[in-house]
Amino acid sequence: MISRRHFLQATAAAHALSLASGLGPLGRAAAQQRLTEADILRFEPVGQVTILHVTDIHAQLVPLHFREPSVNLGVGDAKGKPPHLTDAAFREYFRIAAGSADAFALTADDFTQLAKSYGRMGGMDRVARLVKAVRAERGTDKVLLLDGGDTWQGSWTSLQSKGQDMAGVMEALGTDAMVSHWEFTYGEERVKELAEKSKVAFLAQNIRDNEWQEPVFAPRKMFEKGGAKIAVIGQAFPRTPIANPRWMIPKWEFGLREDDISKQVEEARAEGADVVVLLSHNGYDVDAKLASRVKGIDVILTAHTHDAMPGAERIGDTLLIASGSHGKFVSRLDLDIRAKKIAGFRYKLMPVFSDAIAPDPAMKTLVETIRAPFAVELSREVGRTDSLLYRRGNFNGTFDDLIAQAMLAERDAEIALSPGFRWGGTLLPGDPITFEAISNATAITYPACYRMQMTGAQLKDILEDVADNIFHPDPYFQGGGDMVRVGGVGYAIDVSGSMGSRISGLTLLKTGQPLEASKAYTVAGWASVNEATQGPPIWEVVQAHVARQKTIRIEPNTAVKVTGA
Amino acid sequence: MAGPHAPRTRRAVLRLAALAAAAAVIGPDLARADAKAVEAELKKLFDGKTMAEGRVKLDVPQIAENGLVVPITVEVESPMTEQDYVKAVHVFADGNPLPGVLSFKFSPAAGRASASTRMRLAQTQNIIAVAEMSNGALFTAKAEVKVTIGGCGG
Repeated sequence: MISRRHFLQATAAAHALSLASGLGPLGRAAAQQRLTEADILRFEPVGQVTILHVTDIHAQLVPLHFREPSVNLGVGDAKGKPPHLTDAAFREYFRIAAGSADAFALTADDFTQLAKSYGRMGGMDRVARLVKAVRAERGTDKVLLLDGGDTWQGSWTSLQSKGQDMAGVMEALGTDAMVSHWEFTYGEERVKELAEKSKVAFLAQNIRDNEWQEPVFAPRKMFEKGGAKIAVIGQAFPRTPIANPRWMIPKWEFGLREDDISKQVEEARAEGADVVVLLSHNGYDVDAKLASRVKGIDVILTAHTHDAMPGAERIGDTLLIASGSHGKFVSRLDLDIRAKKIAGFRYKLMPVFSDAIAPDPAMKTLVETIRAPFAVELSREVGRTDSLLYRRGNFNGTFDDLIAQAMLAERDAEIALSPGFRWGGTLLPGDPITFEAISNATAITYPACYRMQMTGAQLKDILEDVADNIFHPDPYFQGGGDMVRVGGVGYAIDVSGSMGSRISGLTLLKTGQPLEASKAYTVAGWASVNEATQGPPIWEVVQAHVARQKTIRIEPNTAVKVTGA
Repeated sequence: MAGPHAPRTRRAVLRLAALAAAAAVIGPDLARADAKAVEAELKKLFDGKTMAEGRVKLDVPQIAENGLVVPITVEVESPMTEQDYVKAVHVFADGNPLPGVLSFKFSPAAGRASASTRMRLAQTQNIIAVAEMSNGALFTAKAEVKVTIGGCGG
């Protein structure tokens, strides 16, 4: 084990990446099929403060499968660097053995097989168990628990309770502060209501009311832990009004507001902060750029892009932490703070293997209470799948293929468009497709599945615009999602191209004919950010299709040809 | 694929993309200004006088949250005395139906040459600010604002 740690630290130097203990001894334990809670929690404490970070839980109360992407391209400076590594390249960079627990948690290939060995991940009762264990070991007065947002949305129970279920769970977990993105899709009033009544500090330095340019939420909060003053600055997703319906938050403006972050850092230092933490929902690449431009931030806890990295990256004097999504991981960062600087640290991305971790009884009861009124709906089996159904990937996912096929069939459309959301669970071949599984991929507050005419030229321009939001070489122009999924159409994309020149070869798959620029096609889609979009909720469309098909089989998707990567 | 696709009519795309993903920009199709139209306008106003870069701070978002109301702040370095002050700041957009957006007029009594407002932008385009000094010198700054259809992942 010692040799492994030394090896990792050597790697760290080579990559300017501080792996510290990484996943530590899991590889070995897993190889012996004896993964224990103690292995997951094992940590040699350092310094006087522990920061725990969870993010992008997407309202997943109970353990689930979530397959990481096999395609996650970086562009510009991010090309070929973590987190833009997948499968073998990811394992090689982080020195992870193929087939190990780490490999299952962090990479995509061989997912089905490994899922059978390692089981589901996450579950808020397991997360609570880890959090309590760390607090017991370190002392509650030394531990800060921070939530990176996208917490209140992503499940049927969160949609039905308008975020109340997760707000309650995170409060029960003793979360100190949070930031947000999808939370805003419950609308201004609801967000304010939940934020104001919660003990969890709802921070957002980058939201202003658009009439007077006044801050809507507290920008930061000072915490005293282990005798150190820790300033936590909150950063909501800067592009929320572009990426999600602006009409739901009509009085608020967002934006990155780099200069204002600098001011927050200065003010926090003037108030005596020993350490400045940016609790961010910017997305990893945006935060990496930010770290190189805004001075004085010690730690950025990243979110939004769902990256999980078993090591802290250092950019200048700033540490970047990437804690994954869906409750799969809890990050632990120990800081040794001396003379208002981080003199030393140790980091571990703790994987939440639900079979290895005992549920916390109080949280288990709370989760069961929340789910009980919906138990019948959630467990209702709509059909089964013969294929692995997953969402992540820059261009397609099999669950999205299913949603697109459902729209083509149920809405009698030639072409389907489905948003490149990065949240939603994974189903294994042979799994039942329950209503819960469908809602985990579709539960949003603007679910209408529209049907309309679009010309070939219009479709191309939509794809170009979305592609520019993902593959713009400047991270400040990136929105953080994946490419819009298409059904019924194939295309080629040169990710290294510029705005307007990435997409070519649009073909209607049914006929094999090129899309005609001026011809109108019938298109079905969902998650329009336009107010008053008409159509049935997408989960009803998917449900009807699955019920009709009974057994789902998704053939490999070869409709998108990628170059320039 | 250039063949079957007509040149981009951005406005139509935006209107439509609203449904696929985002921002509605509603209105009749109008001819667009372009860099040349802005140049012609500048020539008309300033008779081809040279413009220096600097002194003008143009603050616009890199990405507009709402193309209908894009915030803009211009600030010009100047002592703002009777002898040396900023007479006016003119703002142009090279992708709107008309190149001229607005003019702010100042006098030494203003104390500082700074002003904010909101403008409507039809599409991704450059914003050009030109400051006219009391001695006749011209200073300029330029910034691009991206107007995207949005929609999301995350």
